[in-house]
Amino acid sequence: MITLDAVTLSFPDGAGRVTAVDDVSLAARPGTVTAITGPSGSGKSSLLAVSATLIRPDRGRVLIGDVDAAALTLGEASRLRRESVGIVFQQSNLIPSLTALEQLLVMRELAGSARRGRRLARRRAQELLDAVGLADAQDRRPAQLSGGQRQRVNIARALMNDPSVLLVDEPTSALDQERGAAIVDLVVGLTADLGTSTLLVTHDLVHLPRMHAVMRMVDGRLGAAA
Amino acid sequence: MFVAWRDLRFARGRFLLITAVVALMCVMVGFLSGLTGGLAWQNVSGVLGLHGDRVVLAPATSSGTPSFADSHVSTAQEADLVAAVPGAEVEPLGISQLRAVAGDDRAAVAVIGASEAVLADAPSRDGAVVIAAPAATALGVEAGDTVAIAGVDFEVEAVVGDLWYSHTPVVRTTIADWRALAAATGVAAPNATALVVTGAADADWSAIGAATETVSQTPLLALQWLPAFRSEIGSLLLMVALLFGISALVVGAFFAVWTLQRIGDIAVLKALGASDAALRVDALGQAILVLVVGAAVGFGLVAVLGLLLGGALPFLVSPLTTLLPAAAMLVLGLAGAALSLRGVTAADPLTALGSAR
Repeated sequence: MITLDAVTLSFPDGAGRVTAVDDVSLAARPGTVTAITGPSGSGKSSLLAVSATLIRPDRGRVLIGDVDAAALTLGEASRLRRESVGIVFQQSNLIPSLTALEQLLVMRELAGSARRGRRLARRRAQELLDAVGLADAQDRRPAQLSGGQRQRVNIARALMNDPSVLLVDEPTSALDQERGAAIVDLVVGLTADLGTSTLLVTHDLVHLPRMHAVMRMVDGRLGAAA
Repeated sequence: MFVAWRDLRFARGRFLLITAVVALMCVMVGFLSGLTGGLAWQNVSGVLGLHGDRVVLAPATSSGTPSFADSHVSTAQEADLVAAVPGAEVEPLGISQLRAVAGDDRAAVAVIGASEAVLADAPSRDGAVVIAAPAATALGVEAGDTVAIAGVDFEVEAVVGDLWYSHTPVVRTTIADWRALAAATGVAAPNATALVVTGAADADWSAIGAATETVSQTPLLALQWLPAFRSEIGSLLLMVALLFGISALVVGAFFAVWTLQRIGDIAVLKALGASDAALRVDALGQAILVLVVGAAVGFGLVAVLGLLLGGALPFLVSPLTTLLPAAAMLVLGLAGAALSLRGVTAADPLTALGSAR
């Protein structure tokens, strides 16, 4: 479960500061997808960055499980992301030198120490690739995959370490309507199957009916969608 | 090393290229080191291992760098020195470059007269010489044969190893025989080229030098008083040092550019939770692999070619001319690569979000 409690984030802007996230509170429960929508510049990505522990808010708490991520050091935040947070990037952000299978296996190597259970990790990665429909493409590198396939690997990678929280950033922005819908279906289905608490940022209103909850951000403030 | 290995496989052309560059650098450093070692050996091996604390020279002039070639310590200077360091052992060392003849064979030789207390491999009696192997080969003599030096016949008592002085093979005589040879070749009242002092390391040598018109140094530092050694080794070591610097720069530049190219991937890995330490190990692992393979190929080639060269060149294949420069290449290359790691820590995981990539 992820809970944001009165989170405020601002950035320097000339002599003053501009508020990107303004006193936002929300909670996403396990097994549900909470969509955050809104116009460009409304603060969606900033909210996602705070949720992902990539940036520390000025005020408020970001509870992932029972850990306040806003109070962690950079190293502790890295560990929390590694162990409890899955991030699906807007661009697939796959590593060019790794095959689809290795994009998932690398998640077990991020701590730098030799990890036990590599055989188990391989099996887990293969199961996830199978779950996103890419069992036959595990040896292909990003350049050999289509845009939709890359986004599926992106999703599978985010789930590799059994995260309790899944953060999804505009997953359909680079895809056509049909492939976008398939990706959203996949996120919703995997969220239900794996019990993750999913926050999904999107500006694509056509997918909103599939979500368990929809919030709308305007000028950094969050409200329920109309 | 998970990503590092796969990067190497993925970009094998680029890594082969930089490994080849490192190997070529190592070949150059290795050849220069071997040549430096070989030339150094041909210059000073005959006087390495002098048993003493100080080597004392009496230069012909008080200005300029002292030199074994123009030094002559008179009996009066020796007496003054003995008086100045009571209790110390003062032994004469004579060095001349002459010609030896055996039958129809002739060879330039360095005649070094000194007792066993000063330098190993001294002959046991007057009238006998101990001859270095290269001179024995050039003259075609062995133990029991006779060689003539400056018209005086000597019996070859033994043939010893590969000993040289200023690029001429060494012939060892007693100090008495050396004095006789020096007198025969025109030196007036010859006493010694240098004195070797034992048991007076803590004496005030600058004051003694001023009082006796001599200069002194430790045996190792006294080697700089061989002009050929100083000029050859100085130039070659400067080249080796420059190559070390260039190697560090090339390796550092390659990994700096490489890190810059993959800064986006590093940001993604950091966003996914990779620790800085893991990313540093990954990047340094690549550098270590490139350097180790490059150095192994380069210095391996140098060692093989050095052994094949045999005596065609003054070339020394030893741990000092292979393993030591290889280790220096690794350390300096890694230092260059380590500087490029700033990019790893500077990569901002926040840039992985959004559509910037």
